[in-house]
Amino acid sequence: MMTLGQVKTELKEYDGEPIKIMEVCGTHTSSIFKNGIRSLISPKIQLISGPGCPVCVTASAYIDKLIDYSLMENHCVLTFGDMMKVKGNKLCLTQASAVGGNVKILYSPLDAVKIALENSQTQYVFAAVGFETTTPIYAVLIEEMKKNKIKNLKLLTSLKTIIPAVSYICENEEKIDAFLAPGHVCVIIGYSDFNELAIKYHKPFVVAGFEGEHILAAIYEIVHQIKNKQSNVKNMYVNAVSEEGNIKALAMMDKYFEKADDYWRGIGIIKNSALRIRPEFAEFDAGSTFEEYKESPPKGCRCRDVILGRINPNECPLFSIKCTPLNAIGPCMVSTEGVCGIWFKNREA
Amino acid sequence: MKIDISYGSGGKQTSNLINDIFIKNFDNEVLNKLEDAAVLDMSGKIAFTTDSFVVTPMFFNGGNIGKLAVCGTVNDLSMMGAMPKYLTTGFIIEEGADSETIDKIAYAMKLAAAEANIKIVAGDTKVIEGNGNVYINTAGIGTIMKEGISIHNCQKGDAILLSGNLGEHHAAIMSKRMGIENNIMSDCAPLSLLVKDLIDNDIDVHCMRDVTRGGLATVLNEVAESSVCRVEIIEDSLPVSDEVKGFCNILGLDPLYMANEGKLIAVVPQSQAKKALEVMKNNKYGTNAQIIGSIVCGKGVNMITTLKGNRIVDILYGEGLPRIC
Amino acid sequence: MCVAVPGKIIEISGDKAKVDIMNNICEVNIKLVTVKIGDYVLIHAGCVIDVLKKDIAEEILLMFNELEEDANDDSWAGKN
Repeated sequence: MMTLGQVKTELKEYDGEPIKIMEVCGTHTSSIFKNGIRSLISPKIQLISGPGCPVCVTASAYIDKLIDYSLMENHCVLTFGDMMKVKGNKLCLTQASAVGGNVKILYSPLDAVKIALENSQTQYVFAAVGFETTTPIYAVLIEEMKKNKIKNLKLLTSLKTIIPAVSYICENEEKIDAFLAPGHVCVIIGYSDFNELAIKYHKPFVVAGFEGEHILAAIYEIVHQIKNKQSNVKNMYVNAVSEEGNIKALAMMDKYFEKADDYWRGIGIIKNSALRIRPEFAEFDAGSTFEEYKESPPKGCRCRDVILGRINPNECPLFSIKCTPLNAIGPCMVSTEGVCGIWFKNREA
Repeated sequence: MKIDISYGSGGKQTSNLINDIFIKNFDNEVLNKLEDAAVLDMSGKIAFTTDSFVVTPMFFNGGNIGKLAVCGTVNDLSMMGAMPKYLTTGFIIEEGADSETIDKIAYAMKLAAAEANIKIVAGDTKVIEGNGNVYINTAGIGTIMKEGISIHNCQKGDAILLSGNLGEHHAAIMSKRMGIENNIMSDCAPLSLLVKDLIDNDIDVHCMRDVTRGGLATVLNEVAESSVCRVEIIEDSLPVSDEVKGFCNILGLDPLYMANEGKLIAVVPQSQAKKALEVMKNNKYGTNAQIIGSIVCGKGVNMITTLKGNRIVDILYGEGLPRIC
Repeated sequence: MCVAVPGKIIEISGDKAKVDIMNNICEVNIKLVTVKIGDYVLIHAGCVIDVLKKDIAEEILLMFNELEEDANDDSWAGKN
């Protein structure tokens, strides 16, 4: 039994073997930054970010297609705010809007229903991006579209799943000692899927919430397990996460989506890591499968190594010199909640 | 009555618009002369500024674009230790706007001007093609009450005060846009009398800034850069209402980066911090004032978090858009 | 990747509900959960994705109570 004070002391004074913990959730990255977590723990405990920002790992080809839709006559792209600044091979949605593209920011995908009904002359495309936390909501959206017989709204999907990505990292990266499992993805999928990874790769997986206290407690649990040579899955977000997840949400996802291979910007193809709209619901799909993914990583860009946790952003030669939030060269900088975006905000002045 | 392009032609319709709305609401002996320029009596050092207002929606909980246009310029003058005296205003009206809407906007300007004890002494109107939006520019002059107040003037050891709750204007505007129901009101207000109170009470104010676009984080970074120092603030001292916190949580926003329209920071000698706080709290626009941090050696802005961690607070990059990630 | 916020169900109407998030009232979709008025829930992008079991302060306290102490050995200080 520990108190917050004791946990903070232990983590600050830790002087054992260096430990590298990867988190795979942009909201965890953000919470770590907002609470100043790194300043509270020993420099021997290193927190690194993995491919947990769905916006940052979305293929350029997808963005290019969204831009094209926004510039088409009688078309309008509906999107979350997160996607506005992500560049494809040329432009981002903010820039497309500046040259006459039709783009609207929504808080919820379900707001698209009312907009489509009220403007039947316009063809809407929703930029359906996210991990498993958000995918069930797109399933609800499709149900609403069916119910209201909406013909002028389609989804362009870039929906990714976290387990294949974490598995890829475990398979290809040796130096990561443990993972903070994404709390809200686990609300949907549960945490039993991490058992296989924990056993196969002998690493602890701890499901963490998003308050500063949650993250400190999860880091403590990881360090404790490593010290005791354990590699267990532990749920430390008991309030919200159950082992089996949200059964209703999983059923909705399964009804409308199927697994497919997918391209992750900065990484490449990861098998079975996408959720695509099932062929029988193709009428709701705005063309989410791509023949090829033309990515030309800019010269010197080391986003791939950053996303895989091999280097920290400040070890990339372009970081904060040529690559900044206002002039983002690689995907990790494009979103201010991407790894490099967060490191940039955190850099010493 | 809808305003069409002929109202901008300079003829009878323009004249009617000016008389029926602007003269009626702004009514003062200088403006009523309808000369090409206002002739004014001023002596000593003056402060002079301008700002333009394009907010949508034009009407929001706690105010409208007119109130904003007066308070914004009044506050910019006040931040330099000036007592605002006169404003000009230019209206760019998209055709299709209702004259009743313009009247409401002008009436709000009348009320704000009266509270700030300023006169609107010159104006201009143009009508352009469009969808009924209204854009306003105001320019203002005021007489300097206390010299030397400058963003370059902060000293190591100074205390930083914030006059009240963060984020209310931004939250009020976004709530309306995103269809979230709450009682958050824009804090749009003229701060000239709050500033006068500080000066009248012999507070040796080194710097003042109103917290507008880009939020507190941006203003503090400007202070750090201009005064070549580091700004350290304490998260637990920042006044944010529960309602604004909840609103921010819904949209993934951070109160540090959200705009206000009726709040200021004042940088004062540490020895006067308590007294300055008391003066602020005694003014109706400073009841929730707090000492939020201090000026120290170094660069940039950092914040001691609730968990006693340390976080760098950077300037706002791009727009503060709602997030789901 | 998931900005989600806790709130309280105050009204239900079919697949929709009104939630109170620190005095902000939003309309949300409840198709992904089974809820009743008074439940505390987790909201993401306009949808309720979860029913919460406890109040967050209580949960954090219980969470620390479950952590195991290593206070009696030196291995935190790397002397192994």
